[in-house]
Amino acid sequence: MSDRARPTWWRRLLRHPGVVAGAALLLVFVLAAFLADVVSTHNPTRLVPGSRLLPPGAGHVLGTDEFGRDVYSLVVHGSRVSLLVGVTTMLLTTLGGVLVGLLAGFNRRLDTLIMRLMDGMMAFPAILLAIALMAARGPGVWNVIVALSVVYMPRTAILIRSTVLGIRDLDYVQAARALGRRDLAIAFRHILPNCVGPMLVQGSFIFAYAILAEAILGFLGVGVPPYVPSWGNVIASGKNVIREAFWVSLCPGVALTLAGLSLNLLGDGLRDVLDPRLRVQ
Amino acid sequence: MTAYVVRRILAVIPVMAVVVTIVFLLIHLIPGDPVSVMLGPDATSAQIQATRAALGLDRPLHEQLFTFYGRVLRGDLGHSYFLDRPVTRALAERAEPTIVLTLCALLVAMVIGVPSGIVAAAHRGSWWDRGLMLISLLGVCIPGFWLSLNFIFLFAVRLGWLPAAGYASILSEPRAALTYMVLPAVSLGFNQSALIARIARSCMLDVLGQDYIRTARAKGLHPRAVTYVHAFRNALVPVVAVIGITTAILIGGAVITEIVFNIPGLGRLIISAILRRDYPVVQGVVLVTAAAYVLINLMVDLLYAFIDPRIRYE
Repeated sequence: MSDRARPTWWRRLLRHPGVVAGAALLLVFVLAAFLADVVSTHNPTRLVPGSRLLPPGAGHVLGTDEFGRDVYSLVVHGSRVSLLVGVTTMLLTTLGGVLVGLLAGFNRRLDTLIMRLMDGMMAFPAILLAIALMAARGPGVWNVIVALSVVYMPRTAILIRSTVLGIRDLDYVQAARALGRRDLAIAFRHILPNCVGPMLVQGSFIFAYAILAEAILGFLGVGVPPYVPSWGNVIASGKNVIREAFWVSLCPGVALTLAGLSLNLLGDGLRDVLDPRLRVQ
Repeated sequence: MTAYVVRRILAVIPVMAVVVTIVFLLIHLIPGDPVSVMLGPDATSAQIQATRAALGLDRPLHEQLFTFYGRVLRGDLGHSYFLDRPVTRALAERAEPTIVLTLCALLVAMVIGVPSGIVAAAHRGSWWDRGLMLISLLGVCIPGFWLSLNFIFLFAVRLGWLPAAGYASILSEPRAALTYMVLPAVSLGFNQSALIARIARSCMLDVLGQDYIRTARAKGLHPRAVTYVHAFRNALVPVVAVIGITTAILIGGAVITEIVFNIPGLGRLIISAILRRDYPVVQGVVLVTAAAYVLINLMVDLLYAFIDPRIRYE
């Protein structure tokens, strides 16, 4: 069949307005994170008591916070923490979820045990379990990443397991088995490629959850340390001065919303293109 | 039905066992010696030894786990040194605001979410549909805690219509309680209303495509009667299942909303416990919320089976 008659999946992706809009918006954040030192106008960690709570205007595009730090530069640098936490959590949950999900989908004896464990982990409100893990391990970027990965991994594991169960007994897998392929080879060569679609969709939503959860942990004072520029930390400092200076919490919140929007658009679009059965009517 | 109820109730046991084990392990995740972390740098070694023995941390791990199980089964969640009372009492004192906030937010989420989803589905493809779905996409993306701050700025600081923060018990001062509860409940419920609207819409579209709806239309019923009487009732069934998930997310969200609005509930209890390194309280809050979530899901499942008999036979 020619290309024109049946577009490949990535061409269909490129034609999906949600995917394009989401990816473009995400690209802005990625660029902001990589070029933070170039595009920011001030040093985001420098405290300038003389210019406390300046409203947006010349000199400080988005104003300053209670310590005289430039809000625009804080938001630009904050995207680094958000993207680092989001991407790493997504990768770790995918890795862990694939391993656990494949194991549960293939090994009937371990399946029940693993699924009960996952059910138990999913019984905690996600953010509360993350808070409790942070309480035990203390503030820090890596602790945030590990806590969020532990919290969100069961979702991916359950998804991979159900995909595996749907494929495991299909004819082509039986054929591979009849040809004498080992379980491990079947899992990685014949089943895993079919999990890529759901994995990408789930990954983009976990990316979004992780960015939001990181901001919440920072806001509550149990995430990355307060001196690190992160959206949650800036919103937390804006909370104290909401009466005098609403702009401090406004801008990082808008960034957080747009980042969430970009990943949700991307996730919805990926689902439409890669997994049409789940398409929302 | 009885067999299903029994099976479903028994399924709670392994889940709760995992929950209790995870809560137990939390204290062992503390880097270094949990007792010296808890007591701070000024503690003498005698104090550390005494606390360690009191918490049972000097015994083998499996023995500690079994003791913990036993204590939880007896309803003993330990003692808070900082609050100088049993953890269960501290939890009971702080539970009311969290429960009231969660229920009010659930009400807000359903009152906004269900009609929006139904209207969007009934007018599929119209501007109503597009507008409502755009708002619900935004609703999913706007962080609730940030929305709360903006609400405080707008409705409390600028317009002065509602109090910025605080709490009054619904039992003793119902009027004041309501004014305090409006902003927290709306900002917490708004996110979930977006989720409910999306699900209500897609359930409604499923139902509207079915044969019996076509029959109802074919026999000349008013389109509004078909949508709001025949379709609506069946579309509600899956929405009931969503309430379980929604409640769990709301309990988690309530923790954060309480911090923003200075509501003395479980959320403020756990955050102040973390800052004071009062780990028995941290464990208690986490355990109680997880147990609440498991119980709510159990109730929703049973209710669901009651409404839709097909569930019981799966």
